[in-house]
Amino acid sequence: MDELQELYREVILDHNRNPRNFGELADATRVVAGVNPLCGDKMTLYVKLAGGTIEDIRFRGTGCAISVASSSLMTERVKGASVAEALALFERVHELLTTTPHDHPQGPDGLDKLAALGGVREYPSRVKCASLAWHALKSAVGDELKANVTTE
Amino acid sequence: MTAAELEKPRLRRDFAALRGEFPALEQLVHGKPLAYLDNAASSQSPTAVQEATALQQRLNHSNVHRGVHALSERATAAFEAARDKVRGFINAATTKEVIFTRGTTESINLVAASFGRRLAPGDEVLITWLEHHSNIVPWQLLCERSGARLVVAPIRDDGSLDVAAFEARLSSRTRVAAFAHVSNALGTINPVAELTRKAHAAGAVVLIDGAQAVPHQRVDVRALDCDFYAFSAHKMYGPTGTGVLFGKSAVLDSMPPYQGGGDMILTVSFEGSTYNALPYKFEAGTPNITGVVGLGAAVDYLETIDFRAVRDHEHALLEYATRRLLTEVPGAKVIGTAPAKAAVLSFVIDGIHAHDLGTIVDREGVAIRTGHHCAMPVMDRFGVAATARASFAFYNNFDDVDRLIAGLRRAVEIFRG
Repeated sequence: MDELQELYREVILDHNRNPRNFGELADATRVVAGVNPLCGDKMTLYVKLAGGTIEDIRFRGTGCAISVASSSLMTERVKGASVAEALALFERVHELLTTTPHDHPQGPDGLDKLAALGGVREYPSRVKCASLAWHALKSAVGDELKANVTTE
Repeated sequence: MTAAELEKPRLRRDFAALRGEFPALEQLVHGKPLAYLDNAASSQSPTAVQEATALQQRLNHSNVHRGVHALSERATAAFEAARDKVRGFINAATTKEVIFTRGTTESINLVAASFGRRLAPGDEVLITWLEHHSNIVPWQLLCERSGARLVVAPIRDDGSLDVAAFEARLSSRTRVAAFAHVSNALGTINPVAELTRKAHAAGAVVLIDGAQAVPHQRVDVRALDCDFYAFSAHKMYGPTGTGVLFGKSAVLDSMPPYQGGGDMILTVSFEGSTYNALPYKFEAGTPNITGVVGLGAAVDYLETIDFRAVRDHEHALLEYATRRLLTEVPGAKVIGTAPAKAAVLSFVIDGIHAHDLGTIVDREGVAIRTGHHCAMPVMDRFGVAATARASFAFYNNFDDVDRLIAGLRRAVEIFRG
């Protein structure tokens, strides 16, 4: 597998072609706009929180394959999760995207499909594409609700 | 032909040999020879420019216009020689009209800040839809400060300026008309002499953003009759952090200083200061001396090149790239098809975001720009979030285009399987 195939793994291409949970959520309790000013990528994340659980989650926006796939994979993974689980997952993915594999105390165990996002490590200019959705998630479920998220 | 013309050295048009004078183009990127097609963002420097800046730093480093010692005198001489080279290059009447800045962006900000002081509610600034953010935001800030109104002339579906609409937006309220000579995002070449005449007829002062024009064609500011012309060294094979504001003496003389500091004053007391003459009035503080010396060397280099041949060569590359893109890359669409177009190829490919294209061709050694090109209104106008852009310089060749097309076909293969 060459470096490009490492980045554009089948799971990334699949989620880019057919993003899961794509669209608006009419009864969202939290709406967060995320923007990557470097490239103009925009995404809006809709979250329906109920009793500390992410009951439903959807997103809309335009972006590259990495950013769309990351949003899609994120929503698929955290739908039904508790806020605490989502925040813990944010930390793990953040680590996956920004540190070298041997620095991961927990390894890729349990990340499953999300491990595919690790391909961006070799592409520093693309890390922000993968992390935008996760920053939006953190903002949406965190205590301090920020209406706007940027990767800057 | 006169004797003087016969003695003039023949202008160079041997583009393959010229390419060999750019060390950066000889490297491998990701194990592949570099095909550098991001010239509209920044162009590479020839050895001559690199040697001039190295010499300035190695032996002549000192401050300008201050010391009586040998190094300062050498640096000052090189700095002022560069000013005269730039003057000749753009055919300004005098070196007083050549102000060194950090780049096109600062040149425009200087005019917006200083000339802009006279704007008031009821006044208007006219720009076009094609502008780079650097020719939008300084005017927006000025309008916020002054209460003036920003007016935008629309473009057509092919990316050309609607000249009639531009003219219709001119009035006695228009104090400044500011427009690009060549669009960085689409390559559209504006009829700047005509626009300048129309704006002058309405009584407006004219600023032309020439950042994308100067590297590719000869610019004569007196023939254009513009009041201001702004450009950057790093897009014309010189160093970053250096640029030029040409301004007509009479207009510059009527303007207050931009920034205060050393070099721009005659006398300073706590009761008040008097300002230096042009161009120094607008050059506060120690300038980017090395950058200016490099710019002078870039002008010397460009003066040896046949610009008519440059235009033909770059145009041939553009036509070849456009044809191959549209016939060999499934789902490709060109954004910006104005009849008058510089060697800029902005495009999208169905189902593949520009960033992904950029990453994939980079792995093939091909450097292109992807994104909004600091021209978000242009992107919105064409309903795209981003485009991929290949922009050519005279040192590019047909092999570079072949490599680009191969890289794009690889992207299609990855995405469509």
